[in-house]
Amino acid sequence: MAAADKVDPIHQFQIHPIIPLHIGGYDLSFTNSSLFMVVTIVVASAFLYMSTASRALIPGRLQSVSEMAYEFVSNMLRDSAGKHGMQFFPLVFSLFMFVLVANLLGLFPYFFTVTSHIIVTFGLAALVISTVIVYGFMKHGFGFLKLFVPQGVPFVMMFLVVPIEVISFLSRPISLSVRLFANMLAGHITLKVFSGFVVSLSALGAVGVAGSVLPLAMAVALTALEVLVSFLQAYVFAVLTCMYLNDALHPSH
Amino acid sequence: MEVNAAAAIGAGIACLGMGGAGIGLGNIFGSYLAGALRNPSAADGQFGRLIFGFAVTEALGIFSLLIAFLLVFK
Repeated sequence: MAAADKVDPIHQFQIHPIIPLHIGGYDLSFTNSSLFMVVTIVVASAFLYMSTASRALIPGRLQSVSEMAYEFVSNMLRDSAGKHGMQFFPLVFSLFMFVLVANLLGLFPYFFTVTSHIIVTFGLAALVISTVIVYGFMKHGFGFLKLFVPQGVPFVMMFLVVPIEVISFLSRPISLSVRLFANMLAGHITLKVFSGFVVSLSALGAVGVAGSVLPLAMAVALTALEVLVSFLQAYVFAVLTCMYLNDALHPSH
Repeated sequence: MEVNAAAAIGAGIACLGMGGAGIGLGNIFGSYLAGALRNPSAADGQFGRLIFGFAVTEALGIFSLLIAFLLVFK
């Protein structure tokens, strides 16, 4: 823990208010977390708006990137939730872009990672799950409960299978939010710990400075891995959203 | 026993859970690769399921990592 004492790896996750605001006993301050959520939305919207402003028939570089993102998400949604799932395209695309841009922005030094806080990711997951529940009951009524009763299971087994299905449904918002949050948290802590090794090794003199090349190389490699993880977690979040929406659309599986 | 020492030992034990997730992930990607080499034309269509299995399995390893983090940085 010697390195961790000098370079605190969880200092980067601290939230501090920028514009303090207290209303009725609630702390509604505009914090660095809120600031980076706004930055995320501005970056994502500005990128999508500017890249598609020209609407060229033959897309340029930026326009092809945003077209690729559009095609990617629409294919993902069509494959897992079918034709009727496309009505949820705005939701899934916004979630995907928000998580992706927030993850990638968090990789810049001194930038705050919005998705490394469980309350943010749990908010996103709760939005997805409540959409599934509300839409499922609106479209199918109590037929939505067929989701918990798999077809072709003998009646005796129902007493075992139905509770398992209910528990697995209830744990979805938890696993969806904890996966994203813990991946970002673990990645950023690992990066900080290896950067801390560079600092504490360099303090040891000439031999230490020569040796600190190793953790520095590791930190560079980990940064590359984190770019991959950022993209993969945004993809996983969007894919799982599509699969849960598919349950709301077609509950009897 | 001192509480900090016990927490450090507990964090180490909690990380054992990640080994199980590692076995599971190796199994998933190994089976995918074996299947993809037998029938490369069908491999791309199963990529979504591969990532879904990866995500569900990885979540369990992440849960144990989270317990370790909670014990170390409390």
